[in-house]
Amino acid sequence: MNYFELFNLEVGYDLDVKQLAAHYRQLQRAFHPDQYASGSESERLLAVKKSAQINDAFSTLKSPVSRAEYLLSLAGIDISHETKTIQDPEFLMQQMEYREHLEDILQMSDPLSAIIDFEKTLADEANQLQQAISQQLSQTDYDSAANSVRKLKFMIKLNNELERLEDQVAN
Amino acid sequence: MALLQISEPGQTAAPHQRKFAVGIDLGTTNSLVATVRSGEAQPLADNEGNKMLPSVVQYQQNDIRVGYPALAEAELDPENTIISVKRFMGRSLDDVLQTYPELPYQFEGDSTHLSRIKTRQGNKSPIEVSADILTELKNRAENVLGDELQGAVITVPAYFDDAQRQGTKDAARIAGLKVLRLLNEPTAAAIAYGLDSKQEGEIAVYDLGGGTFDISILKLERGVFEVLATGGDSALGGDDFDQAIVNWIKAQAGLTHTLSSRERRVLKEQAKKAKEVLSDSEQVNIEFLLDNHQTIALTLTLAEFNELILPLVQKTIIACRRSLKDADLKADEIKDVVLVGGSTRVPLVREKVADFFGQTPLSSIDPDEVVAVGASIQADILVGNKPDSEMVLLDVTPLSLGLETMGGLTEKIISRNTTIPVAKAQEFTTFKDGQTAMAIHVVQGERELVKDCRSLARFELRDIPPMAAGAAHIRVTFQVDADGLLSVTAMEKSTGVQASIQVKPSYGLEEEEILTMLKSSIDNAQDDVQARRLAEQVVEAARMLESLGNALKADGHLLTDESREALYNELADLQRLTEQTDAEAIKKQIEKIDHLSQDFAAARMDQSIKQALKGQQVDEI
Repeated sequence: MNYFELFNLEVGYDLDVKQLAAHYRQLQRAFHPDQYASGSESERLLAVKKSAQINDAFSTLKSPVSRAEYLLSLAGIDISHETKTIQDPEFLMQQMEYREHLEDILQMSDPLSAIIDFEKTLADEANQLQQAISQQLSQTDYDSAANSVRKLKFMIKLNNELERLEDQVAN
Repeated sequence: MALLQISEPGQTAAPHQRKFAVGIDLGTTNSLVATVRSGEAQPLADNEGNKMLPSVVQYQQNDIRVGYPALAEAELDPENTIISVKRFMGRSLDDVLQTYPELPYQFEGDSTHLSRIKTRQGNKSPIEVSADILTELKNRAENVLGDELQGAVITVPAYFDDAQRQGTKDAARIAGLKVLRLLNEPTAAAIAYGLDSKQEGEIAVYDLGGGTFDISILKLERGVFEVLATGGDSALGGDDFDQAIVNWIKAQAGLTHTLSSRERRVLKEQAKKAKEVLSDSEQVNIEFLLDNHQTIALTLTLAEFNELILPLVQKTIIACRRSLKDADLKADEIKDVVLVGGSTRVPLVREKVADFFGQTPLSSIDPDEVVAVGASIQADILVGNKPDSEMVLLDVTPLSLGLETMGGLTEKIISRNTTIPVAKAQEFTTFKDGQTAMAIHVVQGERELVKDCRSLARFELRDIPPMAAGAAHIRVTFQVDADGLLSVTAMEKSTGVQASIQVKPSYGLEEEEILTMLKSSIDNAQDDVQARRLAEQVVEAARMLESLGNALKADGHLLTDESREALYNELADLQRLTEQTDAEAIKKQIEKIDHLSQDFAAARMDQSIKQALKGQQVDEI
């Protein structure tokens, strides 16, 4: 049973996160170890395992990156542990510019609003990548999809660094 | 026929018999026990009508005093009167002395072991002291309820690490309590506010106790309590406010000499009293005698007090910010803020929390009782008194869990704020050619260097077949159960060599020690031990007869006639054994049935996955 089947959802990148969450809660209501508090030892152990599996499936499908990676793994392509680098020079150039911008932010006159602007730029780009992933996956163009996921990971990493910077400025 | 009798043992005996279960708030300063009676959750009082039990234990020559009587002796017998022992749970001595340099106790231990306090009844670990507090609460509950307890839900700060949780569970075991669940205090508080039924949305629970601070962000939806994020500080609380006042008094009065045990205690009491008065006054007079009969008299204003504690309160607000961020929420998206812990009576705390969340926090339930009350509601459900309850509690890991790798670096396996239960695996390999053993060091914390994290346990995987460096594939699996307790297994993949341990914390008790304590805690004769063991096994057997009986009735069709028949026969044997007096035979039979019914349990789970989502569509419309 794959994660989509577990949650009774259609296999695909575009999913209704609300529905996913509703089904998740429904499953935990049935399998959380607390429901087996008076059960036998093996039932309790089994419930811990099942409940852990449901949690893992939920967190995998919830995040756009791990959901894409999971769909690729269903197609036989494992990129979650790879060390492959991106070959797209245009994208890499853009990344370098973003990083330089990140380094400059603290010296700007209004770093907080610069951070907010930059957050928006990154979010837009991440959105575009997600749309591309959705399309590439539905066309079974797995190589392109894998490349888009790698790029999305870059964007998320950048965004994490931006958040750290925001903490720094706020404190 | 015998078969029918077995399937409903609980029901035939007494159709609506309630099972007694309690919620226990094992607090730093005070502890409480509560239960649900006639549909209402309430704390249980002692013979004098006191609901709170000061978490104080005095070891006398031939007696152990707990609570107010112990507190009354604290000044006269400081070295044998243990106060706020929860602060030492799961901590090494070095750690304790560094955090609390002015303790009146004689300690035993070092940086690598759990601290122990020298008393006239011998060295006492924090786990044993906690067990004495739990025993007192258990006796109180059994006195009031007039029956033996079937189990207890014990609360712990959400921020408690594995060692502290395991220590709490071990303490309950020594006290002879069956732990139904370790429940995080903030979740318990949310349950107490009845936020379980129809409420939907995100809430924050701000819990400032005597020695710990927790902030949790929960999402409520149709009875499901999902902890989105949790944070805090396991060494920050009202005691630190007291300490700030103590330091202020010392500075104001120019006290530079080394204080005697008595003076330290008096100063601390004065500070505590001053803090409490300032909850609803603008100023307080502090007056006491030094050992040399000099009188110290000072006045502390609320404004001065606020200034003293502002950095501490600020620290809690920074933790709130971080937790909101972890939960991916803004402060104005929080629907309700719940206050827990006596220290939330401090006006500056209320003010800063209200400012930060932009709303007046809920405080209609006594902040000292709210946790025990919530725990008792959960206990009532877990023990089976409310079979149609829809409540599910999804907690998270408060700290990341990882392993030590080459160069003293931490490799995280399960990150902070992951929903539990959780199981994660990672592969590692050998460093040298022909390496046949691997030391696995489990740590908890957020830092990159192992030395900055908390050491949980060490174990060894042996008998790895000699291979070239990097050729072995060691798969290490971390599993955290619903109580937040970790177990680790490791396996070499090509050979299947397996090493498994229940993580015994570096700063905890060995199984052997617990067994010894269990034995000595049962007072006298061998008879008692036997009787207790038999009683335990009979309860365990009754539980199995009921649950497996019901399961067979509902889903017996999942089995072949043959194996169904076999299970019924084994259950009949178990039923017969419970009417005799051989505890060991009952235990063996339970294990046998447990083993035989494993496939059945698995088949039932698979079946109910499909069932769980049926009717979902109807529900959603």
